[in-house]
Amino acid sequence: MTQRTSLTLLTSAMLLASSCAMAQLAYVSNEKDDTISVIDLKSQTVTDTIDVGERPRGILFSKDYSKLYICASDSDTVQVMDVATKTIIKELPSGEDPEQFALHPNDRHLYISNEDDALVTIVDTETSEVLAQIDVGVEPEGMAVSPDGKIAVNTSETTNMVHWIDTSTYELVDNTLVDQRPRHVEFSKDSKILWASSEIGGTVSVIDVASRQIFKKLTFEIKGIHPDRVQPVGVRLTDDGKYAFVALGPANHVAVVDAQNYEVIDYILVGRRVWHMDFNQDQTQLLTTNGISGDVSIIDVDKMKAVKSIKVGRYPWGVRVKPE
Amino acid sequence: MINTKNALASALLAASLTFANHSAAQLDIPITYLHQEVDTGPVLSNVLPEPDDAGLQGAALGIKDSNTTGRFLKHHYALNSFSKADTSALVDIAQQRFRAGDRFFVANVPTKTLQALQTALGPEALIFNAGSADDALRQFACASNTLHTLPSRAMLTDALAQWLKAKRLDEVLVITGPNAEDKAYTASFERAAKRFGLKIVAKKDWTFDSDLRRTAQKELPLFTQTDDYDVVFVADERGDFGEYVLYNTWLPRPVIGTQGLTPVAWHRVVEQWGAAQLQSRFDKLAKRWMTPKDYAAWAAVRSVAEAVTRTNSASFSEVKSYIRSDKFQLAGFKGRKLDYRDWNGQLRQPIPLVHPRSLVSQSPQEGFLHPKNELDTLGFDRPEVNCTAQ
Repeated sequence: MTQRTSLTLLTSAMLLASSCAMAQLAYVSNEKDDTISVIDLKSQTVTDTIDVGERPRGILFSKDYSKLYICASDSDTVQVMDVATKTIIKELPSGEDPEQFALHPNDRHLYISNEDDALVTIVDTETSEVLAQIDVGVEPEGMAVSPDGKIAVNTSETTNMVHWIDTSTYELVDNTLVDQRPRHVEFSKDSKILWASSEIGGTVSVIDVASRQIFKKLTFEIKGIHPDRVQPVGVRLTDDGKYAFVALGPANHVAVVDAQNYEVIDYILVGRRVWHMDFNQDQTQLLTTNGISGDVSIIDVDKMKAVKSIKVGRYPWGVRVKPE
Repeated sequence: MINTKNALASALLAASLTFANHSAAQLDIPITYLHQEVDTGPVLSNVLPEPDDAGLQGAALGIKDSNTTGRFLKHHYALNSFSKADTSALVDIAQQRFRAGDRFFVANVPTKTLQALQTALGPEALIFNAGSADDALRQFACASNTLHTLPSRAMLTDALAQWLKAKRLDEVLVITGPNAEDKAYTASFERAAKRFGLKIVAKKDWTFDSDLRRTAQKELPLFTQTDDYDVVFVADERGDFGEYVLYNTWLPRPVIGTQGLTPVAWHRVVEQWGAAQLQSRFDKLAKRWMTPKDYAAWAAVRSVAEAVTRTNSASFSEVKSYIRSDKFQLAGFKGRKLDYRDWNGQLRQPIPLVHPRSLVSQSPQEGFLHPKNELDTLGFDRPEVNCTAQ
């Protein structure tokens, strides 16, 4: 009896597992199509296209990957998609024109930059309550919460600052001036270092979190490409602390940076106007969104080469991988 | 234990906040905006008049953007704006503001008035020309106290000529209006045509101002009957007759210049490179579209603010030398950083080519190369400039 029950349980668990998509899937927001493309990383094909709100840009998963949060910028809302059923189950009060956001490690508090209103809005994803709105610089864009949960940072594109927010008080505690048009921020795993890209300045500032001082400024040089076209946007760091990847926008390359000594070691050619990136589960692959060519490049991290390009919707913006 | 840790962290954060607040005394940066009211006379086509506050609203947005940034640094920007018809009244006001301590001036005035301001304010002021596209101001009549955020006519017509060349529209019929500005616009285009190898097949002057018995629509087919051409260039800065050239030419050809496909410093249809955000901020403030003069005035204010932010100083000499240094860069929503040419003070910038409802292209066109900076294929490059005042 007991044995039979457990066998049944096991069988149903297996059935359940096989009925859920087992493959790794990449979700890509298409800014000008109002859709999310779903790529099966095994077959490297688009297996689904899901209609979402207007002008989807930043996307991210809840910790258990059951929910996908979507900045629907022109709908002035953050949508919550149930990943299993591919339906929008909730809209969060995000403030106007949400562009990028970050989820606190508590898996509940969403920090959203409101590009048109010079605000950061903090929303409780469970109660849909706005916990705070914080005045920041003109055109807030990049958003990140430190892995230890203590600090949230936001970049403002026209004010050219990194704004530091204390997550226990929701207060702005400091500002660090960086180069023109800061787009994206990324914390190191130990929360000690912050990487901030400046699109028009053409640099990435590496900032010591404790002192909030820039200690290294990365510049990029690609043969045959005018320096003004080298416009860093997305930044991703490998978990082993070895590499940082920097998407260089209209330079159509991703820079590979040694994350130990902050030297650029390689440039990888990808599609046109590369903005954001994400790794697959074991970080052997890096996916990039290429806005103008309307595709996603898959980079083989060992070979440091783009090995595949996959056509998605118009102006792909953000990408997030859901593991198996 | 955890509480202690949090308390310590908050104490540290509080300490750093206090430090940030005490590290700088407030800096006040007043900027004077001067506008001269000019009556350009009646026009045949008055469907879309230039707004009276073109320029002023751009300066106002520049101040607003800068104060949002300044809030974090204890920098405060204020706009003192004046509008007068009379040149000497405007010069008087500028001098009063100078005596009151203002050092940065944004001038939306015609060339003659700008020159009067240059003389009256002298070397201890910095004037941003956001009103005159005059080539002479950038080529030989330069002044060391003046920077130009509005593109010159030469930049605009070079932008057009590059596009024509890229499109292989090499043969041009040129129509020029009766005003000095129209003649200057054509002269600029002729320079560009020579530079980029275009052929002007015929030049015609629009002189039908006294004959209103016949309509422009009837005049134009006859007026444009000449040797074959690829494109019609029209110079009519006031917008008097130029709107009627489109679709009324003898040969069915595109119209470019002051009407049709138009090179501009700015237009509502510019949306790439984050421009959509600037457009929507402007729209919220002014409840209308942002014009080239608004953009030029915005860029002027933002230039001052950028230098103040980076130097953390409101000192005239520090701010001025920073703006003119190679460290200066302005994010101007045109896809690349903007800065000033050291040989004539002109703000380097890409030029959008637009028609009223869409962006057609942006110059410099691909393939027009320059040893230093492709943006210097537009307007007067160093060897072409003879600025003794620099």
